[in-house]
Amino acid sequence: MENIKKEVLPDGEMVMEDILAKYPPKVAKKRSKSIVPNDSSREQSIQSNVRTVPGIITQRGCCYAGCKGVVLGPTRDIINLTHGPIGCGFFSWLTRRNQTRPGPEGDNYMPYCFSTDMQDDNIVFGGEKKLKEAIQEAYDIFHPKAIGIFATCPVGLIGDDIHAVAREMKEKLGINIFGFSCEGYKGVSQSAGHHIANNQIFKHVVGLDDKRKKGKFLINLLGEYNIGGDAFLIEDLFERCGLTLISTFSGNSSIEQFANCHTADLNLVMCHRSINYVADMLEKKFGIPWMKINFIGANASAVSLRQIGKYFNDKELSRRIEKVIAEEMPAVEEARKEVMPHTKGKLAMIFVGGSRAHHYQGLFAEIGMSTIAAGYEFAHKDDYEGRKVLPDLKVDADSRNIEELVVEKDPERYKPRKSQEELNKLKKAGVRMKEYDGMMPDMVKNSFVIDDISQHETEMLIAKYKPAVFCAGIKEKYTVQKRGVPMKQLHSYDYGGPFAVFKGAVNFYREMDRTINSKVWGLIKPPWDSSPEITATFGSE
Amino acid sequence: MKTREKLDAATQNPCKLCAPLGASIVFRGIRGALPFLHGSQGCSTYIRRYLINHFREPVDIASSNFSEETTIFGGKQNLLDGLKNICRQYQPEIIGVASTCLSETIGDDVPMILREFFLKSTSEILPKIVSVSTPSYSGTHMDGFHNAVLSVVSAIAARGNKLRQIGIFPGLVSSADIRYLKEVMGDFGLDHVILPDYSETLDGGPWTEYQKIQQGGTSVGQIASLGHSSGIIEFGDSLKMKETAGTFLEKHFSVPRFASGLPIGIKLTDLFFKLLEKMSGREIPSKYRLARSRLVDSYVDGHKHLFEKKAVVYGDEDIVIAVASFLFEIGVVPVLCATGARTGTIKRVLPEIASAYDKKITVCEGIDFEQIYEKTENLDADFMIGNSKGYYIARKRGIPLIRIGFPIHDRIGAQRILHLGYRGTQQLFDRIVNTVIEKRQEASSVGYSYI
Ligand code: SF4
Ligand code: SF4
Repeated sequence: MENIKKEVLPDGEMVMEDILAKYPPKVAKKRSKSIVPNDSSREQSIQSNVRTVPGIITQRGCCYAGCKGVVLGPTRDIINLTHGPIGCGFFSWLTRRNQTRPGPEGDNYMPYCFSTDMQDDNIVFGGEKKLKEAIQEAYDIFHPKAIGIFATCPVGLIGDDIHAVAREMKEKLGINIFGFSCEGYKGVSQSAGHHIANNQIFKHVVGLDDKRKKGKFLINLLGEYNIGGDAFLIEDLFERCGLTLISTFSGNSSIEQFANCHTADLNLVMCHRSINYVADMLEKKFGIPWMKINFIGANASAVSLRQIGKYFNDKELSRRIEKVIAEEMPAVEEARKEVMPHTKGKLAMIFVGGSRAHHYQGLFAEIGMSTIAAGYEFAHKDDYEGRKVLPDLKVDADSRNIEELVVEKDPERYKPRKSQEELNKLKKAGVRMKEYDGMMPDMVKNSFVIDDISQHETEMLIAKYKPAVFCAGIKEKYTVQKRGVPMKQLHSYDYGGPFAVFKGAVNFYREMDRTINSKVWGLIKPPWDSSPEITATFGSE
Repeated sequence: MKTREKLDAATQNPCKLCAPLGASIVFRGIRGALPFLHGSQGCSTYIRRYLINHFREPVDIASSNFSEETTIFGGKQNLLDGLKNICRQYQPEIIGVASTCLSETIGDDVPMILREFFLKSTSEILPKIVSVSTPSYSGTHMDGFHNAVLSVVSAIAARGNKLRQIGIFPGLVSSADIRYLKEVMGDFGLDHVILPDYSETLDGGPWTEYQKIQQGGTSVGQIASLGHSSGIIEFGDSLKMKETAGTFLEKHFSVPRFASGLPIGIKLTDLFFKLLEKMSGREIPSKYRLARSRLVDSYVDGHKHLFEKKAVVYGDEDIVIAVASFLFEIGVVPVLCATGARTGTIKRVLPEIASAYDKKITVCEGIDFEQIYEKTENLDADFMIGNSKGYYIARKRGIPLIRIGFPIHDRIGAQRILHLGYRGTQQLFDRIVNTVIEKRQEASSVGYSYI
């Protein structure tokens, strides 16, 4: 990566000892496996996707949050009905900032929160009846194309069979209704919920509409959630390049698009964590290959677009892609020049999600900043170390209870988009299909990689390194700011954005400049804390 | 589209939150306390996010992180482990354990597990641990709030020599409201203990050094002293029918309890100040006399703008009742008063107030926002007053929303909105009048700037 100055950082092992000293021995032992002072010259391994220790305050949410909030949340034309007590539904009501464009006639249920609001007697006598009534009611009022039912913790326990209810009501109402067994206690984080959501969408929606859309280059974008309008910028780019987007999982998305996604010829995977299984399943069942791309950062975006061009191996497409890049780059360069003097050489830390902690490092590098600590909230080992570790991954108790779909070639519709020979050729030409190296190889020596970082670890890192900016979510925001360190939310974008592709990069550069160099940080210390003696001047000079 | 008048299996856009959230706020108002939710981590993460967004302050809430296995074998081990880790890392003075729907459904006996924790523990310095049962499938966040205050008081309040000191249970008010109450008590020369007190913990400045648990809050010692205070003031009409911290102290410690609605508006604030005169044996300080007379004066000035205007009031019962009666006082008719709670309180109290003013209003409980939306169809209301969650209704109906109460996620400074006393009423009043003026001004074709 250009511009990354190889920082000479303090010895990681020693910093780590300090961090662990506060923990009880058992916890220290466990956490030591999830904290790695990076050294990409050695084989290193990190423990991730393990259950948070009770009493350690984590950033993580629950399986239900991942299932309803993340994957189905941004999909506008399905009614998402939470089966459970009121809080779970309330808290996932329009709190993620994914945007959608339903068009003048389109359905959009995203501003709504539907819940069965279970009461005492539903817990005691079961809630299936209330669930059925709620489905009927939602149907009577809205006549949606589809209804999804989401199970919360108590539901799993009282034994309501949401799938049976879904089948019954589907039959009765003649619309697509299906359930998600995403009780919050399943899995170790929201990641389990992504998996469950994707499985169900794959089972109940994908493949329902075989009509091939017009267009020469049909693609799906997987793992892009349209926070702050990112997907809109990406869509615009695709259009200008001549790429036809069938479906985005899931941002500015609709059930109709999911139903048709198997007609695409290439899958682009943005967030590897939340969606790689869908990419795999689409390849197995329908023969659509996938590649990992990254639309965060101008450089990464250009690289990704060119890879797509090479995949389709079409002169006109490549010409258009180059043209678009050439149109976009001047504004990017200009903004870069403008902010670089204020940002160069500064340090960033990023602890979010399952892909952004990696993707944003490149964006920071473009304005001369290096990321000296990063980690995911809910990622798995392959997101850190790359897909090479997949064959050796052990399935633990927490993952075992998440269904793995057995997918086979579709007898009629399986059609390999590229022959093995073509794929080999692509590989030689530097097009990397189905590969992802993870975050760790991209990080400098002695920087820190920490999975599921705790409050205490955050505090230690800040105290030791005093970064210029700390990126995480709302739960960390104020703790970090109280310490006088600028903080940027990379889940919600702090109500800013978009940050994707070229225009987004420009937004991000400028926003970082403003954030880091805000005058407010100079006011924190009151004068009486530093100079007790009275001076002769007063007021402005 | 069918209307939902008769339907209510599904709740659409709920007008209430869940019980452990209320309990968590209470625990954040106790010095050195850490809230701990016994259940899956999702509940505590969601609730943290919600509180952080409202107060714009850090809010740590621990969890016992249930797994699928825990749901089969019960949450005892998780709770024990969690408490141990929290004690070591945070060294809290007190831990507030609230249950969640999951642990309640499983039927974990939290008090028993806590006894075992103390029996087994080898460490000498252990925090106090208080537990409260907060299943959300019965009640709302307000029940969680009041039950947590009751649990804390019943676990900690102690006997002792009578103190000339007043205890106040203000209910779910803003950080600024708590600061105001302290100022008032101070001005009357009354020693006081306010529970909970998150005036600092949930509205503080930058830190010079890291605070594991934010400074401020009511101390355990102060809570103990509530048992030998000379009086208790408890706000909230919704508390009338149930056991509360106040009734507990009255019953078991013979502390006289004075209950009233939230002091919003002149009438209710007058009552509060009269009570303080009696309690302190002092006359109302001139500062408040003047504040009151300025307020009355402004009522007169603003009357022409407000007279017969119509408002929609929604949110927690206590604030709905207090604000509705304040609106009557200034000539506004709260044509629709609604809450998501279902305790019978507002149905009992509000029609009476309305008939005293000779007005007809609609009072709804157990309502969700979609129903409020439907009911506002032909109301021709001039403004709405309540939390941010009703914003979409105001937007669709094209009327302004005045944000008060909890939660406020689309404005900054929710924790600094003052609702109580003459000062809070003055601020509310000015906001209301100006909102009405602004609406007229914007709609005018001339654009007068001289009104
Ligand atoms: S399970 Fe209960 S406590 Fe947890 S978020 Fe849902 S309603 Fe609230
Ligand atoms: S009850 Fe379960 S599903 Fe609901 S928020 Fe809590 S952890 Fe998530």
